[in-house]
Amino acid sequence: MEVAQQDVLTAPEKQTVTELSGSVALLEALLVEGVDTIFGYPGGAIMPIYDALYDYKEKLNHILVRHEQGGIHAGQGYARSSGKVGVVFATSGPGATNLVTGLADAQIDSTPLVCITGQVFAHLLGTDAFQETDVINITTPVTKWNYQVTDANEIPEAIAKAFYIARTGRPGPVLIDITKNAQIQKFDFKGYTPCNHIRSYRPKPIVRAQFIEQAAQVINEAKKPFILWGQGVLLGSAEQEFKTFVEKSGIPAAWTILGAGAIPTDHPQNVGMLGMHGNYGPNVLTNECDVLIAIGMRFDDRVTGRLDKYAKQAKVIHLDIDPAEIDKNVQTHVAVWGDCKETLPMLTELVEAKQHTEWLAKFDEFTRQEEEAVINAELNPQTGEMTMGEVVEQLNHLTNGDAVIVTDVGQHQMVGCRYAKFNNTRSNITSGGLGTMGFALPAAIGAKFGAQDKTVVAIIGDGGFQMTLQELGTIMQSGVDVKILILNNRFLGMVRQWQELFNERRYSFVDIQSPDFVQVAKGYGIAGKCIKERDELQSSLKEMLDHKGSFLLEVFVTKENNVFPMVPQGCSVSEIRLK
Amino acid sequence: MSTEINKNISSKVLPSGEDLGGAKQEYNITVYTENQIGLLNRIAIIFTRRKINIDSLNTSPSEIESIHRFNIVINETEDVVRKLARQIEKQVEVLKVYYHTNADIIWQEMALYKVPADIIAEKASVERLLRENGARAVVIRKDYIVFETTGHREETDNLINVLQPFGLIEFVRSARIAIIKDSDGFNRKLREFEKREPGEDVIENEYLNQRDKVFTM
Repeated sequence: MEVAQQDVLTAPEKQTVTELSGSVALLEALLVEGVDTIFGYPGGAIMPIYDALYDYKEKLNHILVRHEQGGIHAGQGYARSSGKVGVVFATSGPGATNLVTGLADAQIDSTPLVCITGQVFAHLLGTDAFQETDVINITTPVTKWNYQVTDANEIPEAIAKAFYIARTGRPGPVLIDITKNAQIQKFDFKGYTPCNHIRSYRPKPIVRAQFIEQAAQVINEAKKPFILWGQGVLLGSAEQEFKTFVEKSGIPAAWTILGAGAIPTDHPQNVGMLGMHGNYGPNVLTNECDVLIAIGMRFDDRVTGRLDKYAKQAKVIHLDIDPAEIDKNVQTHVAVWGDCKETLPMLTELVEAKQHTEWLAKFDEFTRQEEEAVINAELNPQTGEMTMGEVVEQLNHLTNGDAVIVTDVGQHQMVGCRYAKFNNTRSNITSGGLGTMGFALPAAIGAKFGAQDKTVVAIIGDGGFQMTLQELGTIMQSGVDVKILILNNRFLGMVRQWQELFNERRYSFVDIQSPDFVQVAKGYGIAGKCIKERDELQSSLKEMLDHKGSFLLEVFVTKENNVFPMVPQGCSVSEIRLK
Repeated sequence: MSTEINKNISSKVLPSGEDLGGAKQEYNITVYTENQIGLLNRIAIIFTRRKINIDSLNTSPSEIESIHRFNIVINETEDVVRKLARQIEKQVEVLKVYYHTNADIIWQEMALYKVPADIIAEKASVERLLRENGARAVVIRKDYIVFETTGHREETDNLINVLQPFGLIEFVRSARIAIIKDSDGFNRKLREFEKREPGEDVIENEYLNQRDKVFTM
């Protein structure tokens, strides 16, 4: 694709229409790739790019964050809510090293990102120059691909490859490190052509019909089949194909936390959440089903518990785009490699239309037991103090399941994922694989830019909020509308829960103190409120949601509440505890 | 694994619950890659992340200039090796990965031995020992001679023991290189692949030697 002539002409360098600096070429490339938002933080080694950006303010919305970690989490939130590639700018040295947590998070949660880091001049590489770090080697383990540009001529192809690699196949983060001389250097820019092929890279394995047939046969013979779905369904934009498969096959389906929302929470065949703090039925019945159909999920240890006691009675069918995931944790009987947007319709065609009424009813029995033992007390507590669950439940009533919920990491995350209602895809944004405290606030900022028409609510614990609260400054300056709901239990709750259950209540350094969050928000010009009484909950949540612009609502909840059910470490999914 | 030089891997069907672990043994992992800076590290960290020691690593251009071939030797179970192979193959610039036991390959290591010339000249027994061990002289100087031999580890080790009493000055051994017994059509497929899609040149940093000519701030 050629860059439009008028775009080239707006460049500050006008010797000729093709003589562009590396920086301008980069920005032109971003425009062709459909980038509209960039999260970034300037510095010495990326100054030429920022200088060029000055003339692109109308076309590229740059959000100045307060810390590069905030920038990359915002990029992740943007990518997760929009389905597009998140773009992040950072300078060299500490700017680039501050991206590492977000890169690791994006790598493990398969989030498409293109991060551009400035780097010292090419002739200074290896001299321990000011703000020089070996970013390529630091980020190699946490990127799908990375590349260092030392000459402007490399920029168009490097950026094209970066976007192609980030968004195709199993998505992931890509980092392009550009030395300052390459940003400044003028070169003969021949236009920008997006990449659609790299000879050594096969984003999608070839789908082979015989394995679809074998999978269908196993499913058709099954008495108690069970579907587990993960984020692969969302990443493949296969929500509709998945729903059709689920409905035709009549099979109960449970989700990983990153898969939530692919079909609505209240879909009759949606039997709930898998894993350590998931629902009772899906966990126990994993060890009772006769066929397990895993779709776009990777059998994470938080989902499987003890592997030697995981679904041993079942034939496992695994649909995945990444061949390396097959048999990584759980041995498959039939592996269906490919993009589930392609494989699911093929499978749907071959499976018999059924209704597993009795089998589905079995999940209902477990739901009743879970309600009795856990859910009722969590959602309708008879105690004086509020629970996290009831706050989320009230939020459900007010948002009707249409909000984008961004959670941080800890007890509130598990409660949020368990009890929030998700009507829509891409509406549960959380740090799943890495469990990054501090994720939610910046990710919510990014999520709002990626889904402007949605209400975005960040549910955050008192611990995680203090890890990236500087991003309130980003909210202040950008004017983005994010609802911040802090569930404050005055503890690092998840660690405290483990210390209570497994370390004889030896609460070692988990009683975290917090500032007056409302005052902190006020300092940033953000409205806020703190409540401790139940009778204020509904009206305050409504006030938060109705407020024009960002709002921080701090809710004091029970100090020592535990998240149940729970699969304790070293136990199997069927040994899940209700209390 | 498939012998196609591409990443279009076919699926498989396994009987449920088949044990794929097994005992640890030497495995030879063969990796065909693009010739790109940083790829050695990207492959190496797949092992270091799991605290697996690489016993031997050879990387050099294949018969196609733009395609490099790695030979990596580790001591592990097949289950672990299979997972490693898939993780390596997943890398963007990796073309294909195979793994084999020692029984499936023909392999060699080269060794060089530097010994004092006068001792070799004086003692005929040394000459005989060298001949017995298949060594040949590559450099003959007044003060020292460099011998070379190729073979398996025990063969090259054996010659160290032989030469040690005669004042061995220096010894060096190469990494293992291996030919796969069942590699029908490798060369043809590689050449066809390169013809169909020529590789890219590696771009190095051209500015490292211009430090004094560039004014920067």
